Amino acid sequence: MGDLSLEKVSETYLDVLKEIGNIGAGNAMTALSQMLNCKVDMKVPQVKLLDFNEVGALMGGEEQVMVGVFLGVEGDITGSMMFLVEQGSAKHLLHKIMGDMVQQEGFSEIEFSAMQEIGNIITGAYLNSLSMMTNLTIIPTPPSLTLDMAGAILSVPAIEFGTLGDKILLIQSQFYDEVEIDGYFILVPDIESYPKILTSLGIPIA
Amino acid sequence: MSEIIKVGMADLKTCVSPDGVTTLGLGSCVGIAIRDPVTKIGGLAHIMLPDSTTIRNSSQNIAKFADTGIDELVRQMEKLGAKKARMVAKIAGGATMFTFQGKNDMMQVGDRNVEAVKKKLKEISIPILAQDTGKNYGRTVTFYPETGEFHIRAVGKSESII
Repeated sequence: MGDLSLEKVSETYLDVLKEIGNIGAGNAMTALSQMLNCKVDMKVPQVKLLDFNEVGALMGGEEQVMVGVFLGVEGDITGSMMFLVEQGSAKHLLHKIMGDMVQQEGFSEIEFSAMQEIGNIITGAYLNSLSMMTNLTIIPTPPSLTLDMAGAILSVPAIEFGTLGDKILLIQSQFYDEVEIDGYFILVPDIESYPKILTSLGIPIA
Repeated sequence: MSEIIKVGMADLKTCVSPDGVTTLGLGSCVGIAIRDPVTKIGGLAHIMLPDSTTIRNSSQNIAKFADTGIDELVRQMEKLGAKKARMVAKIAGGATMFTFQGKNDMMQVGDRNVEAVKKKLKEISIPILAQDTGKNYGRTVTFYPETGEFHIRAVGKSESII
């Protein structure tokens, strides 16, 4: 497993990730819909293996302002995870929870902490389904949140992927209530964790 | 008509005045702008990681690392007619985008990138004239080799020039 590179991952592995993404995102949306107390629909998530250059474009350009929630993963597997949502969509979600308390410009302290809670719930539900599928213990660390340019936020997982190869793997999930919201999940297992995930799912390691 | 050439993540480009070079949304990565003030040849590298020698999986992309990326940028500028002895640099980026208590060293990769860039530039005797590094926010940078101005933008902040 020493020379693992994401370019070489098998179709099977991508299918598995897609399935994890699908179930994870599905669980995350259920949790979100309970929190917002409304119906949230979701399209089939898309697993994308992209060049570093292509990631920003996918999210509307490197300078698109987004909310990024980042947390560490500990337990049987280690690594990190990120959830990204465009700032307008984040405002929409906040409006659902806080109503008119949401300010027009920028993010207030209380909006930040509400967003952190949303991120917590979404990523928690996502990791929970990964844990159930693999039967591995996965403990998320408290999330850290930032509002910044997509490129800058993505540099964090990109750098971690950069130690493995020249691609980044992410899961795009579109969900909507009245408006369509694009959310992105990026799971970055440490290199030692890849075989653990695959083995636990019964996939032979090539 | 002058052109602003875009540099992606883990990428590098050269340009000749009046053209400029830009890279959008630098986070923990570092942007290294180098210029030969006489020929007004310039270049910008957007590096992601400090050191190519510590990565097992030898990457094809030399622009990804501080050490190999800077060497390559200088080489390409020399090919255009720039002289290394005249080259000067300005650097930006290397932010810590997320803060954790006592988390692993990956978190400080921004700082490590900045250190590696400084070390490499010192090693090849290219002085750093100015820098805007660290802190906790992303930066979009544009470099004009005509004047040597390095323009820096960040969310919710006014543009600065170093």
